[in-house]
Amino acid sequence: MNVRETITVDGNEAAARVAHRASEVIAIYPITPSSTMGELADEWSSRGQVNLWGNVPEVIEMQSEGGAAGAVHGALQAGALATTFTASQGLLLMIPNMYKIAGELTPFAMHVAARTLATHALSIFGDHSDVMACRPTGFALLASASVQEAHDLAAVAHAATLESRIPFLHFFDGFRTSHEVAKIQALTDEDLRALLSEEAIQAHRARALTPDRPVLRGTAQNPDSFFQAREACNRFYLDCPELVRGILSRLAALTGRSYHLFDYAGHPQAERVIVIMGSGAETVLETVDHLSGLGEKVGVVRVRLYRPFSMEDFLEALPATMRAVAVMDRTKEPGALGDPLYLDVIAALAQGRFTGVHRFREEPVVVGGRYGLSSKEFTPAMVRAIFQELNKDRPGSHFTVGIVDDVTHTSLLHDPAFQIEPEDVFRALFYGLGADGTVGANKNSIKIIGSETDRFVQGYFVYDSKKAGAVTVSHLRVSPRPIRSAYSIESAQFVACHQFEFLDRIDVLEHAAPGSVFLLNAPGSAEEVWGRLPREVQEQILEKRIRFFAIDAYAVARESGMGGRINTIMQTCFFAISGVLPREEALAQIKRAIEKTYAKRGPEIVRRNFEAVDSTLAHLHEIPLPDSAGASRHRPPMVSEAAPDFVQKVTAVLMAGKGDLLPVSAFPVDGTWPVGTAKWEKRNLALEIPVWDTQICIQCNQCALVCPHAAIRAKVYSELLGGAPSTFKASPYRGLEFKGMSYTIQVAPEDCTGCNLCVAVCPAKDRTNPKHKAIDMSPQAPLREAERENYRFFLDLPEVDRSGLKKIDHKISQFLEPLFEYSGACAGCGETPYIKLLTQLFGDRLLVANATGCSSIYGGNLPTTPYATNRQGRGPAWSNSLFEDNAEFGLGLRLALDSHHRQAMALLHHLASKIGETLVQELVEANQSSEAGLAAQRERVALLRQRLSGIPSPQARVLEALSDYLVKKSVWLVGGDGWAYDIGFGGLDHVLSGRRDVNVLVLDTEVYSNTGGQQSKATPLGAAAKFAASGKEVGKKDLGLLATSYGHVYVANVAFGAKMAQTVQAFQEAESYPGPSLIIAYSHCIAHGYDMALGASQQKLAVDSGVWPLYRFDPRRIAAGEPPLHLDSGPPTARVADYMRNESRFRVIERTDPARFKGFLRKAQEAARKRHAVYQQLAGITVPRSAPPEEETRDAQTDKS
Amino acid sequence: MDLTTPYLGRTLPNPFLPGASPLSDEIDTIRRLEDAGAGAIVLRSLFEEQITREGLATIAHLERHGESFAEATSFFPNPDSFILGPEEYLGHLRKVKESVGIPVFASLNGTTAGGWLEYARLMEQAGADALELNVYHVATNPGLSGTALEQEILAMVRQVKQDLSIAVAVKLSPFFTSFAHFAKSLDEAGADGLVLFNRFYEPDLDVQELEVTRALHLSDSSELLLRLRWMAILSGRVKASLAVTGGVHTALDAVKSIMAGAHVVQMVSALILNGPSHLRKVLDDLAAWMEENEWSSLAEMRGNMSLLRVPDPKVYERGNYMLMLQGRELF
Repeated sequence: MNVRETITVDGNEAAARVAHRASEVIAIYPITPSSTMGELADEWSSRGQVNLWGNVPEVIEMQSEGGAAGAVHGALQAGALATTFTASQGLLLMIPNMYKIAGELTPFAMHVAARTLATHALSIFGDHSDVMACRPTGFALLASASVQEAHDLAAVAHAATLESRIPFLHFFDGFRTSHEVAKIQALTDEDLRALLSEEAIQAHRARALTPDRPVLRGTAQNPDSFFQAREACNRFYLDCPELVRGILSRLAALTGRSYHLFDYAGHPQAERVIVIMGSGAETVLETVDHLSGLGEKVGVVRVRLYRPFSMEDFLEALPATMRAVAVMDRTKEPGALGDPLYLDVIAALAQGRFTGVHRFREEPVVVGGRYGLSSKEFTPAMVRAIFQELNKDRPGSHFTVGIVDDVTHTSLLHDPAFQIEPEDVFRALFYGLGADGTVGANKNSIKIIGSETDRFVQGYFVYDSKKAGAVTVSHLRVSPRPIRSAYSIESAQFVACHQFEFLDRIDVLEHAAPGSVFLLNAPGSAEEVWGRLPREVQEQILEKRIRFFAIDAYAVARESGMGGRINTIMQTCFFAISGVLPREEALAQIKRAIEKTYAKRGPEIVRRNFEAVDSTLAHLHEIPLPDSAGASRHRPPMVSEAAPDFVQKVTAVLMAGKGDLLPVSAFPVDGTWPVGTAKWEKRNLALEIPVWDTQICIQCNQCALVCPHAAIRAKVYSELLGGAPSTFKASPYRGLEFKGMSYTIQVAPEDCTGCNLCVAVCPAKDRTNPKHKAIDMSPQAPLREAERENYRFFLDLPEVDRSGLKKIDHKISQFLEPLFEYSGACAGCGETPYIKLLTQLFGDRLLVANATGCSSIYGGNLPTTPYATNRQGRGPAWSNSLFEDNAEFGLGLRLALDSHHRQAMALLHHLASKIGETLVQELVEANQSSEAGLAAQRERVALLRQRLSGIPSPQARVLEALSDYLVKKSVWLVGGDGWAYDIGFGGLDHVLSGRRDVNVLVLDTEVYSNTGGQQSKATPLGAAAKFAASGKEVGKKDLGLLATSYGHVYVANVAFGAKMAQTVQAFQEAESYPGPSLIIAYSHCIAHGYDMALGASQQKLAVDSGVWPLYRFDPRRIAAGEPPLHLDSGPPTARVADYMRNESRFRVIERTDPARFKGFLRKAQEAARKRHAVYQQLAGITVPRSAPPEEETRDAQTDKS
Repeated sequence: MDLTTPYLGRTLPNPFLPGASPLSDEIDTIRRLEDAGAGAIVLRSLFEEQITREGLATIAHLERHGESFAEATSFFPNPDSFILGPEEYLGHLRKVKESVGIPVFASLNGTTAGGWLEYARLMEQAGADALELNVYHVATNPGLSGTALEQEILAMVRQVKQDLSIAVAVKLSPFFTSFAHFAKSLDEAGADGLVLFNRFYEPDLDVQELEVTRALHLSDSSELLLRLRWMAILSGRVKASLAVTGGVHTALDAVKSIMAGAHVVQMVSALILNGPSHLRKVLDDLAAWMEENEWSSLAEMRGNMSLLRVPDPKVYERGNYMLMLQGRELF
């Protein structure tokens, strides 16, 4: 019997469950928000899960989406059933192949989690701009609006492409659908077999390229043939809608779920209609049901098969009574007459008229509207606003909804108070930290509810823009009916706040309904909780008559040995007081889930979790409410009053999570954003912060160097400490460089993330009590006020005079002001110390081209910006173009600088007589190889400007504008290994092959960190990563050695945790080298799976074991007759096994397949030994210097003789 | 020449068995040990503490980063496949059982009662012929009395004995105030064997870096003496089988152990140093020595030098050197 399982999954999984079963070859490349589909497919294949034909689909990760598209194109040509998953920029990279695949009428279904294209800014969130860019490719475009549809229509796509030979792009909204967890009915293998035509599969196979029946495809055609041949495919497009209709009918017959190319719903005599596709259609449908229930004549047409667009089916779907229609696009096509769906509808209606299919009583008014860009909320209130607009005699067209456009006044007003969710839909909101497991517990809860009751469930999870201390908000709905609400919960019957500190930063009760239940994780006794709430929270509780429960979840977690893991405790509380399931049943289910989840972590972990669940209820208290709010403490302001206007008016609003309220006029028109705003965001993430002991400290500055967030700093200064706060610490500086000056190590208490890296690297121990070091961690709360004042005082102390520095080593480098601070990187990040160092060394003349990835996210993800300026207003100029083009983009920066510089030089010569020959000569010949030289040149430029101001010529004005380019600029191309080793390698290689003075910094985490740990070509042998679940079988690419093969490229392999001095030296050498330089920087990462506090010591072990040799290849040494390669690390002294066993990415293999792990160990040990041996030999090789011409002649003569 | 010996309710062909160590990690090594004449083998210990700690660490360092950031809700291919329970061990145990004909004893190391005792049952299910329970515990807590600690261990032994039908040996450290009494209590609690004594990683000090370092050094025959004394004291006084572990390198070491009362001797360091074939050599040496000294069976020899049978039992009891004269029993 064909029994259909009910499953609770997200949209990505819903689509992937079909695609994996219906495919033989799956080529992918990770990109948010579609990555999960590829990961699941890989996981299933690696577990041996088979497709409909009993074979395990081949899943391959490529070097880019372009590569994935090429691979599927090849697979299709050779007769396989292939698929891929992608989004956004990835989809753009597939377009060239998509034209080919469609042009060759190739059956192919791909699945897209539709995402915003990068324009003025990147956005990972959802809209249709990527899919819309594919309209001309010839692909069919099939839209799903919900998780169930993502499952059903995925099957339709695979079936329809086989029958129609038109390739199908099946898409659903990124995040809103791809990441929404919902209860759906799964299609069985039998269902899929019934949908997929075996005959069509055989036909596809028969068309395969094979030498047994050779044909040729991919010809080049000429004017005599191309046009006609291009028109030859028309019949297939004309037939496609009918074929899709047939498949939809078969699906309906099988499952009872009925879909059409265009689905109308609403009042049978509707006068006002909205045409829309994607998840927004669900919200419109929900609102139409509500409004038509109130007698309003409104309706909705949900577009499913957008291409090929069937005019007949579309017109058929529209009610004849329609007099006004709003066509809603989730994309923007600037400069067009309208957005794409709108234009299609206009064209369809017009064609209908011409061809006589017109059936409206009166000519309908058609208006276009735009909504939901980058996952902007689209709510019933907005839908009603659209219908209200359609009610007007002359409704406005080209409107926007969901924002306030106070510049071109396109936006419709909507009333947020209009809410239509019925009372029988249970709605809950949870505010948690990523680290506390809130989202995982909630996903688990809805699975429990979904599987144990006949109710429908929906979970949607909103994540943070920061990686450290990330806040998550979970939206859970439980309903007796399928849930169509594709928008955030606006009014919740249950609100949980899993972190007490949030009350000071987030308005957690904003969406609490009157009479709702509020659960708070609060430290301390139940009696004290009320008194510790900010006044605003107390008032909301009383005003909304909220039932208030509290638990000290961390205490329960500690007592049960669960450390800081409170997920099961808070989940228990939720079930205990929400009433969504009978309490006992819920607790039993939680325990079942714990057993399922944690059995693999050992029985003791299960026991401790059980203990936590069992002791939770005894610690959960309902807090009695007083009559009035008694607190005098108010929620602190989001930013300091001292913050600049833009930060107050824009940044602070974004930080408060109220960015939706900002009007268009608040934003820069071109994506240009002010720097240095991270310092206004005081996140107070650290429970403990470092405390400095002046007596023990040896003033090595290692703590400052390793700090990923520039939250512990060193300074030398000669100021008297008059006016210093009483707890400010200083000691006499001990080195010779700054004799007689004072020295301070100061922590930024509210910016520190508490990662412990600084304490771990601190080498100074108290000899009488070695567990006490020069820096120890101590609870932040009691220190916060005093250290805040100390830090303020510290920042005001003068910076070191850079021009006086003769040599900058790793210690001195930390006296230079960091111009990259308090980023959103993970606590303990292994990348950011390098970037911070970069800004310390060259920040005031630095341009950064940053490849998309972790470093572009913590470098440029709003609301705040970590790149900062010095007191002179100079600092890094930073930009992110794309993922794949960063090397080229950075080279472009260099080309422009060189051009500006050349032009300035020419003008200098041209105006020399007026400016003064001496000054011009000094400017032209300036030695800018030292800080003193740079300072002198800046002074000369200032003088030049002064002189130019008195010269009344157009050239003088041009030179004035270009004069700053006379000061040497430093261009750095920064990115991760995914960029440098994979997607951007071609461009990087090209840039390195040239002579331009660019510096490349590869932050090598050996994995795609930002998208969640997919393998790259930098992933080392034996490491488990996504797409290498059983351990990578080949070693990492030796990018450095490849670059040295050019001979003219400076190359360094560095690891700050192993040898800080070498890192600092390499940065300076690379910068000073007048050609391309490449630094490959070992960056420990959370994707390696160990405590990041130990990152530096693990780096050392990487070097000591030979896994990560340190070296510098400097082509300048060739001229000196020296070997260009200098090995900075000795022969391996530690075992590779000890290195590998410290990290979960390797350990996981040992655990799952010990024999395989041993094989990896042997190979890795051998590879380390060999690599060192090779490098050692290279380090002894001198390269013959170019022989002068006469020598060549003499040699030639000698040869002849 | 009868080299057979009873141990944990079965008869082994000879008294030599490789003790819990990395020697049992590779099937190939185990086969070589079997070929060299090993009568049985003890697998490396499964460390309960390590599993629990790694479980917690996994949660702390793998899972806590998941579900935090929109672009990556996880960072590992399938964290669920990171199995930290005893599965790896049990799988190995099954493989060893399939690969060799000699009895295979599993070894389980734990400190306090807890969910891990479940592992013992799983080991039995996986085919272990007996279990060696290694109750390693460094009693650093000044609040914990010796009696309480002993009671805890006894409770664990009783629990395991109750759950299992295979024989259970208990491997002990010598650090008990009244070792003989405790050994007797274990005997009464049902322990089928006592293995004397565990050797620990011992902390050393790096006086430059002010750090504690750990190292496990291979044993030599000098370590045997402590074992001989306690073997002699227990022999004939407990029902449990007795095994010596630590310091057995030569046939003569084995002879001494057996004369003190041992049923079997476990070897690790000697086999690591000299390879699996060393076992054959020691076995041959033992036979040759017995022949030369006209011993026809181990049973004859076993315990002949135990406290109960030596003419001057005080030699096992005295802690200090005594002059011959003073040492004589005058009254």
